[in-house]
Amino acid sequence: MTIAVILEQVPDVVEELAIAPSGNELDRDTVTYVLNEYDDHALEEALLLAEASGDEVIAVGIDTTGELDQALYTALAKGAKRAIKLVGDFEETWLSNRATAEILAPILRNLAPRLVLTGVQAPDDLDGQLAPTLAALLGWPHASVVIGTEFSDGRLRARKELWGGMTLLLELEPPAILGIQAARQAPRYVPVSRVRQVMREATIEEIEVELPTQPSVAVERLRLPEEASQAELLTGSAAEIAERMIELLRARGLL
Amino acid sequence: MDPSLEKVQEVWERETAIVEGVDISGPWNRMFGQRVIWDYTPELIEEIARLPGGESFAWCYQCGKCVPVCPVDVVGDYGPRKLYRRAQTGINLLDSPDLWLCTTCANCLRVCPKQVDMIQIMPAAREHAMLSGRVIPSELQEALENTAKYGNPLGQPARKREAWVKDAGVPVPILHQIQRPVEWLWWVECYPSYHPRGIDASIALARIFHALGLDFAILGREEKCAGDSQRLAGERGLFEMLAEENIRTLSKYEFQHIVVTDPHALNAFRKHYPKLGGQYDVWHYTTLLARELSRLQPLLVRPLPYRVTFHDPCYLGRHNGEYDAPRQLIQAIPGIEFVEMLRCRENSYCCGGGGGGMWLDSFAAGHQRRRLSEERVLEAVSTGADTLVVCCPYEVSRFEDAVKSTGNEGRLRVRDIAELLAEAMGMIGEATA
Amino acid sequence: MAQRIAVLVEHLDGEPTDVTYELLGVARRMADEDGAMVDAVLLGSEVRQLSERLPADRVTILDHPSLRYLAPEAAARALAALLADAPPKLTLVPNTSLGMDIAAWVAARLGWPLVSYCRALESRDGQWIATAQLFGGKILADVALGDEPAIIGALAGAFSQDAASPGPPGTIEQVPAPAELEQLRSRVIALERPEAADVDITRAEKIVAVGRGIESKDNLELAEQLAQALGAVLAASRPLVDAGWLPRSRQVGKSGLKVKPKLYVALGISGAPEHLEGMKDAELIIAINKDPKAPIFTVADYGAVADLFEVAEALLERLEG
Repeated sequence: MTIAVILEQVPDVVEELAIAPSGNELDRDTVTYVLNEYDDHALEEALLLAEASGDEVIAVGIDTTGELDQALYTALAKGAKRAIKLVGDFEETWLSNRATAEILAPILRNLAPRLVLTGVQAPDDLDGQLAPTLAALLGWPHASVVIGTEFSDGRLRARKELWGGMTLLLELEPPAILGIQAARQAPRYVPVSRVRQVMREATIEEIEVELPTQPSVAVERLRLPEEASQAELLTGSAAEIAERMIELLRARGLL
Repeated sequence: MDPSLEKVQEVWERETAIVEGVDISGPWNRMFGQRVIWDYTPELIEEIARLPGGESFAWCYQCGKCVPVCPVDVVGDYGPRKLYRRAQTGINLLDSPDLWLCTTCANCLRVCPKQVDMIQIMPAAREHAMLSGRVIPSELQEALENTAKYGNPLGQPARKREAWVKDAGVPVPILHQIQRPVEWLWWVECYPSYHPRGIDASIALARIFHALGLDFAILGREEKCAGDSQRLAGERGLFEMLAEENIRTLSKYEFQHIVVTDPHALNAFRKHYPKLGGQYDVWHYTTLLARELSRLQPLLVRPLPYRVTFHDPCYLGRHNGEYDAPRQLIQAIPGIEFVEMLRCRENSYCCGGGGGGMWLDSFAAGHQRRRLSEERVLEAVSTGADTLVVCCPYEVSRFEDAVKSTGNEGRLRVRDIAELLAEAMGMIGEATA
Repeated sequence: MAQRIAVLVEHLDGEPTDVTYELLGVARRMADEDGAMVDAVLLGSEVRQLSERLPADRVTILDHPSLRYLAPEAAARALAALLADAPPKLTLVPNTSLGMDIAAWVAARLGWPLVSYCRALESRDGQWIATAQLFGGKILADVALGDEPAIIGALAGAFSQDAASPGPPGTIEQVPAPAELEQLRSRVIALERPEAADVDITRAEKIVAVGRGIESKDNLELAEQLAQALGAVLAASRPLVDAGWLPRSRQVGKSGLKVKPKLYVALGISGAPEHLEGMKDAELIIAINKDPKAPIFTVADYGAVADLFEVAEALLERLEG
């Protein structure tokens, strides 16, 4: 039995992101790609489930950036049994979650895993999130913002975070889809030498797919947030700042 | 008797031995090899000794000379002899927090009669722990992942590595812009490029190089971490990957020598890059400036009325043999009163940053009475010095934090040698304490 | 039939959540401009009494036991069926944990456009423009909504100035539950509540909140001292709670608690959107952070680009001395 994990490369928000002259997409030159951190958690949760259940983990991703290999090899080095890269004519196209789900749905139907995990969200989510979108297309039960999972009598239990510390404990009948907020433990470390070894020995399977003709949401323009109201800055030494703060608090009867 | 025990009971003795006129025949020159204590087996020792690089772990014969010079034992409970004893009594080093407390300062190796080499044992054991799936401290994991992703352990974008240059106040040529041969390729490293106090030292050094008319340039964003500390933390694969990339980048440019700010980078280039294909003539900046002292001296115009003590960095001193150059530079500054700490030169007391220690601070805090950097700062204060001078980029931030946490703010300032020199040259104002 | 702007009502324990009133308010603003009506869609189990507090032109109730907690599969299927029957021009769904599982599913099932992480809805030349925040709030995307039915995933707190007050609806209607709700493949086993917390930060008048800038667990003591000296309660952003430094009852943010104290001092908090959602409506916000570009400064009233330890110590000296 298998657990599929969907991995996606996304622009790294550590960098300063700039908008292309066209105005409705990012300036590719300023973008470096990293694995979506929630997908990293999804992979970790999948590996933990598989370690307990004996399932095999399959890492799947659509290569829109040309840089997906690293993430797939790392998944193999961490313990995934297979890595599948979906390739096609989408060099540097931004795929909406809807388009992504359209591409993934038939692949997942073929793979027939009993569980699909992916990150709860990604920084470039404009049209919702991947997990519920996939669930709608596949007709499988779903839950997102999941912080813990376990198999129990062939069924899947998932803990969904609400707010204020409250959670909803759900039971789902496989095949099911989960959007992971956080794995039960921090994503494990795999030494570079092991990844390099995997790169020499393992193969990533490639499947050709077509760009779907699904109309996406059309971005009219991207812009930087207006720094509308900025805080009034207190300057000087720490002592001076502290004095000012105490003045402010006294003036408002807060001290 | 259990046949496996035979091979471990070894006693060497020369019946007749007269050394330098002294008769030490017979039992006087007896040396014991590894001896097994009943009920304990050497398996855990052998597991380490079997690792490439771990062989010398088995040579320890418990003399204990290493423990008093181990900086971690001074604030905790540590030292190669203790690690060996613990393994002997059934505690697996690979599962113990002990695995992550060694800073690879090499003071133990300096005094060990059997040459038990923690500098090789620790990275080997740590690598084995990682490969066998053991969980590593999370702060370290983050630093390693950042290094792999961004080329620096701080998680800063590569592009920003050369950003400090615009505040230098003097031209700092960047090779990918100037595209011409230079005499000196200045390898800046990560903390001096990204950390505010590291940048202070870089700016000072840039101004000194400029004043000396040195023909230099930096790599800027193309430079990636030399990775020596990551290697010692167990990530040999990461080190090799970085070295391959750095060597490839360096091969694009023409230069005659490399000058480094960071003794850890010095160590990597001198000892580990050659076998990976990178052979360079590497200098630490203090060695270079000491060589240029006759030209530097007339520029040291502003006397500094400081009582100064110097911390020998482990990787410049013990590991790479440079003790004099920093002292020559400090003592060339007019007005300086120089005092040595008791634990100086070959016996210098580690700041705690090496061997991955820079990224194991919160982990180590759970196993030590106080930080190594705090211990060292207290020692500096006890000399009556008002300035602690360093020349390794890990040290400035570690010691400044320790000055605060030991309650010595205002009593001791921490300066890189470059900052001190630049101040004496009138090229930087007095930085805040 | 008049155009409708539908709002999915989010509720728990018989109470609509704050975001529901925000969305009903913004729906009202949009409906008034378009000459449309506001339709509050209430999915739940035995929720009729709740409808009395929903200020909409109409409340449409779909009642079924599986909808008691708005569980993902049940709620998504119910909403899709309801909307398919009579598509509103726009459907506003909260971009919360519950809402996220519903909006994207419904949009995919019905083939309708969806704009999530929406923080603004403005009219321009007779068209509605939805603004989504991407990349942790670093980039905004403006999307023009055309004539076909669309769904908006609206961020909680983004429309607080539009918020409506509880009040009775114009009419209440009930629609039958679709058959598919009898054939669900998932169910709620339990709603789990955290243990009674030592402190309820939502009731605190003054809060000192710490973030990753505090660097290590050891430094919490300083923050706790400062909180005490100010007569405030200590709270934290998500990373510190995830690391186990403070209990979840102290977490401020989208997945933690929303607070509106008189004073909120943010130490070493960068201000990720999820955190801002939890505290931006505090009366007086003072932020200390080493990074001048930290987003916390966009919601703070006063700020200092300084070392938080130095400022905290300076404050303590003056407050205790």
